[in-house]
Amino acid sequence: MNQPASMTVSDEVAIEITGMNKWYGQFHVLRDINLTVNRGERIVICGPSGSGKSTLIRCINRLEEHQKGKIVVDGTELSSDLKNIDKIRSEVGMCFQHFNLFPHLTILENCTLAPIWVRKIPKREAEETAMHFLEKVKIPEQADKYPGQLSGGQQQRVAIARSLCMKPRIMLFDEPTSALDPEMIKEVLDTMISLAEEGMTMICVTHEMGFARQVANRVIFMDAGQIVEQNEPEAFFNNPQSERTKLFLSQILGH
Amino acid sequence: MSDTHAHSAAFVRTETLPEMPPPPGETGIVKWLRANLFANVPNAILTLVSLWAIYALLAGFIPWFTNAVWSAEDIRDCQAQLDGTRGACFAVISERWHQLLFGIAYPQDQYWRPILAFILLFLSAAPLLFSKLPRNLLVLTLIYPFLGYWLLWGGTIVAPLVALAGVLVGFAVYQRLVTGSFAMGFFGGIAAAFVAWWIGGFITGAAEGVLALEPVASRDMGGFMLNMILGTVCVSLSLPIGIMLALGRQSDMIIIKWICVVFIEFIRGVPLITLLFVASVVLAYFFPPGTNQDLILRVIIMITMFSSAYIAEVIRGGLAALPRGQYEAADSLGLDYPQAMRLIVLPQALKISIPGIVNVAVGLFKDTTLVSVISMFDLVGVVRGPIFSSTEWAGVYWEVWGFAALLFFIVCYSISQYSQWLERQLATDHR
Repeated sequence: MNQPASMTVSDEVAIEITGMNKWYGQFHVLRDINLTVNRGERIVICGPSGSGKSTLIRCINRLEEHQKGKIVVDGTELSSDLKNIDKIRSEVGMCFQHFNLFPHLTILENCTLAPIWVRKIPKREAEETAMHFLEKVKIPEQADKYPGQLSGGQQQRVAIARSLCMKPRIMLFDEPTSALDPEMIKEVLDTMISLAEEGMTMICVTHEMGFARQVANRVIFMDAGQIVEQNEPEAFFNNPQSERTKLFLSQILGH
Repeated sequence: MSDTHAHSAAFVRTETLPEMPPPPGETGIVKWLRANLFANVPNAILTLVSLWAIYALLAGFIPWFTNAVWSAEDIRDCQAQLDGTRGACFAVISERWHQLLFGIAYPQDQYWRPILAFILLFLSAAPLLFSKLPRNLLVLTLIYPFLGYWLLWGGTIVAPLVALAGVLVGFAVYQRLVTGSFAMGFFGGIAAAFVAWWIGGFITGAAEGVLALEPVASRDMGGFMLNMILGTVCVSLSLPIGIMLALGRQSDMIIIKWICVVFIEFIRGVPLITLLFVASVVLAYFFPPGTNQDLILRVIIMITMFSSAYIAEVIRGGLAALPRGQYEAADSLGLDYPQAMRLIVLPQALKISIPGIVNVAVGLFKDTTLVSVISMFDLVGVVRGPIFSSTEWAGVYWEVWGFAALLFFIVCYSISQYSQWLERQLATDHR
């Protein structure tokens, strides 16, 4: 598989997770997760529902709190220190399954809000940046509309642009296409592919195996709260090692 | 369509069917009458009965209104002028309007002050109510509480100026400290304001006569003016306090949460009238001995506590209705708690809560008439006291109560209309 030159991976570590465990009450959701992500890496996490994929990436920007182990993002360790958390969150962009745009603000305001209030960027400059990214996701003409007036695919692209406006060094995608009609999945995937081509560090929870083959340089399979298998996409899809992975792949690729 | 299926399953439409007018009798006034008034026999009967009821009401009311006597010395003069015909005696209103509006003791030559304060109320509320107006008009809103106090109560202008200065000092300190932490800014600001007021107290004492209006004591406030004062002050205070209580109730900090829960549940479990009795009788025990706090102030504290507990619950409903994803999106962008609340959560939660908040506000405004029970002469107090017990007007009921109801209706209906307009303005999700 030939990939653009910019899609190379550096040796610099972006995220390092060591021995991380998480419980919901008595329920052990994440078990001994060890994962190192280098800058520029594009990782796809897949697995059956309830396997802890979303919980894992939500721990990376501390939307969920882990109880044991260590997560270091961009050299900063995640702890309960609020200043640390806000700093990491402003470096790590996130896209949600249900977009979570702010319905009371226009598209442009959605995109400029965090740069203005968190980065303290002047309004004019923030708007220029926002328009730049809205053009990149190919919907600059919707800037003055409200999220409720857009289709699902457009909303998800706005959500991506909104994250990009913070100039994040890492992007997390939590099933970004799962709530979309089949016709709209492609437009969102295209946006994500072009982001990958520019060398963004990305972690995507997704079931889009075509996307995984095309852009990922590592695919991680999770089940029952643990990482079962990880490999390069070609090897992962063509030659899965564990029985659980084989079963999962046969179920999602079989039809 | 059906005949096309008879021939074959494949079907291709090559031209658009022309538009046709609806059949006759399906449009216009006849259709409307048939659909809305005479759809079937019971419907037609109901229509006729309703028409008769409306006629009977108007037939009674219109002559009563048009025969009305507008100027008379007392009720007997009124009856003499009516001479047996049915008619209202509005003379009581033209005779006693000043008592109804301003109470019995407000100096008559000073009526321009409450009137001016009333007009300014609208000017200063406008920038808050209509976000399209220029933002620097908010200065007027900031000044108004102090200006309004000076106009209504009189005395030297230095006192409200010192109060304003205290607020500004507090705000400046808050701005300076809030970058460090919100709690430090909040309490630092309050402390600074108190220091400024304490120092200002000496200045006020020394400048008794500077730009002084004739002072009017709190017990001389009355009539509809008193209802307006209580209503405006309590609504505008209870909204921010209600927001804080609602957020406090959601807080992770267990002590703050329980303080808010206990406060809200206690206040909601107690009738307002008991709180007012507490204000008029019991509350004096809690103030330092020798200080005699103003009755209006005590009543304002009680009504504000009462309505802020209700508003807090209404807003909690709005907060609960907000999808979890909104909090997460705000968090994931790196907004801190005050920013997330101010920019994302509250604008949406308050929008959802508008009907409930307005409900509380309108109810609160009407509940201000309860102060007549603790012998304050608000509109209802004036009607029941000085008017009904006077020898001139004892026995005039409909006219006075009707007038009182009209005043309240105008205010409450306007609030309700404004809130509906505001909801339409803020509707961004389904356009």
